[in-house]
Amino acid sequence: MEPRVSGASSGSRTGSWGAANVSREIFEKNHELQWRALEASLERLEKDRGGDAAADFPELYRQVCHHLALARHRRYGADLELRLNRLVLRGHQQLYRSHTGDLAAVLRFATSGFPRLVRSEAKLVLLSLLLFAGPLIGMLIAVPWRPELALSVLPPDNVEEMGRQYAPDGSLEAGRPLDSDLLMFGFYIYNNIGIAFRTFASGILAGLGSIFFLVYNGLAIGAVAGHIRHMGYGDNFYPFAIGHGAFELTAIVLAGAAGLRLGLAVLAPGRLSRGQALVAAGRRATGMVYGIAGMLTIAAFLEAFWSPSAVVPAPVKLIVGGILWLYVLFYFLFAGRSHGS
Amino acid sequence: MLDTYRPVETPEGVEIGLRMAGPVPRLFAAAIDLAIRMGLYVVLGIATGLLGKGGVGLLLFGMFLLEWFYPVWFEVRRGGATPGKKRMGLLVLHRDGTPVGVMASIARNLLRFADFLPFAYGFGIASMLIDRDFRRLGDLAAGTVVVHREPEMAGFRVPAGPPVRPAATLDLDEQRAILDFAERLGTWSEARSVELAGLASPLTGVHGTEGVRSLLGIANWLLGRR
Repeated sequence: MEPRVSGASSGSRTGSWGAANVSREIFEKNHELQWRALEASLERLEKDRGGDAAADFPELYRQVCHHLALARHRRYGADLELRLNRLVLRGHQQLYRSHTGDLAAVLRFATSGFPRLVRSEAKLVLLSLLLFAGPLIGMLIAVPWRPELALSVLPPDNVEEMGRQYAPDGSLEAGRPLDSDLLMFGFYIYNNIGIAFRTFASGILAGLGSIFFLVYNGLAIGAVAGHIRHMGYGDNFYPFAIGHGAFELTAIVLAGAAGLRLGLAVLAPGRLSRGQALVAAGRRATGMVYGIAGMLTIAAFLEAFWSPSAVVPAPVKLIVGGILWLYVLFYFLFAGRSHGS
Repeated sequence: MLDTYRPVETPEGVEIGLRMAGPVPRLFAAAIDLAIRMGLYVVLGIATGLLGKGGVGLLLFGMFLLEWFYPVWFEVRRGGATPGKKRMGLLVLHRDGTPVGVMASIARNLLRFADFLPFAYGFGIASMLIDRDFRRLGDLAAGTVVVHREPEMAGFRVPAGPPVRPAATLDLDEQRAILDFAERLGTWSEARSVELAGLASPLTGVHGTEGVRSLLGIANWLLGRR
């Protein structure tokens, strides 16, 4: 159907505009119907994103791709090229649009993909753990010994307020109404997941941002815990913190590791170009962020509804908290090892 | 070609042209989106304000979603553009020209935080000015670009005229130049047309308005109107 393209294969500088070529007018007349059909098909697809394409859509699209190549080769003019280019661009958008993952894929990621990903970044996770847990433990030990150290990282009001919650007659002792629990759930989602996202994102600045957030959060959490130890409120604090801590503290360490992965791609791209290394690291790190967001959602639930519960006795909270820590540890060490790894 | 134009080859073997969007339209788009988000915060605040303490929790949850996932939802579910980008005629694509996926969209929008540092999108703007495709840090890590949607451009047509066979065989670039000249003939002043046609006088052998007419004739011949 398509007339022979004379001289096209030779690629010579002179011969490719031979008399055997179709003129632009005839070319347009021959193919106008196909272009209209593709246009109509595209309009339907763009309006109804979930809908199925017409059966002839891929074929039409490929034909118009061919027409664009011909129009370019034969120099039919900028406006025709532009029109066909626009058609091809829109067709490309529809043919290659990504389909969002199904529930099975999410489940597979939660049960094996995520822990595998974390294990494959074991070194960075350990480095991140060191950057976070070091300052935390340091402050936990140092603050009871020199209480004023807590004020070097947190404002006095903040330290005072944190401490008062865990006092024998503090707000946590009395339990709290359900609407306060809901308030705190919203707050933990907004605040804690926000912190994790920032710890991750600022890693692209050569890792410096992640290091800052890890150390700073380690110091702040350590200062509060140290202050509570110093005041002797530990009996209220540990049962409260242990349950959600299993997910929350681990997630912050993992967010730091994901950020360090980005920073490392910038600093030491290895055999790839910096751009390629960054895209590859971005893909891995974003995978980890999915898991981290999931963990922090679990942590927010626990911290809002379980940890402050006045009904559950403290020893039960301690035991359940211990089990949750073991669960998280075993999850990252062993989940998803069974097949193919 | 303009240096913001990037040809991308599709699996079908044709090239499609992407036109990269610079910092200015993107900042306008970000400002529009910011205004929309502020409006949503107000509406959400009033709606949840009626629900007491629990309502504040819902407000914070809503703020979390709006802050981090407002652009993701629009980019993935609404054809690659937030309302601000749509208004500015912009579109987010993967580097290879395919529509942006969930993963890349999440990556580029989480990294918005790093782009915003140290203040007012400082690192993001610096990155856009350095990169030839105007990518901010989030785009670099996600493998995405922001492009202009193709404008609805009125086509140029070569005015009809008696075809003239060129005196010499022309190569493709020369043919292209003559066709481009003829297509744009109506957009210049007479004097400018004459001046430009004068450049081709070694080919046409004539000067002045005669040269313009001669080039138009060659263009008609090249288009096959003979």
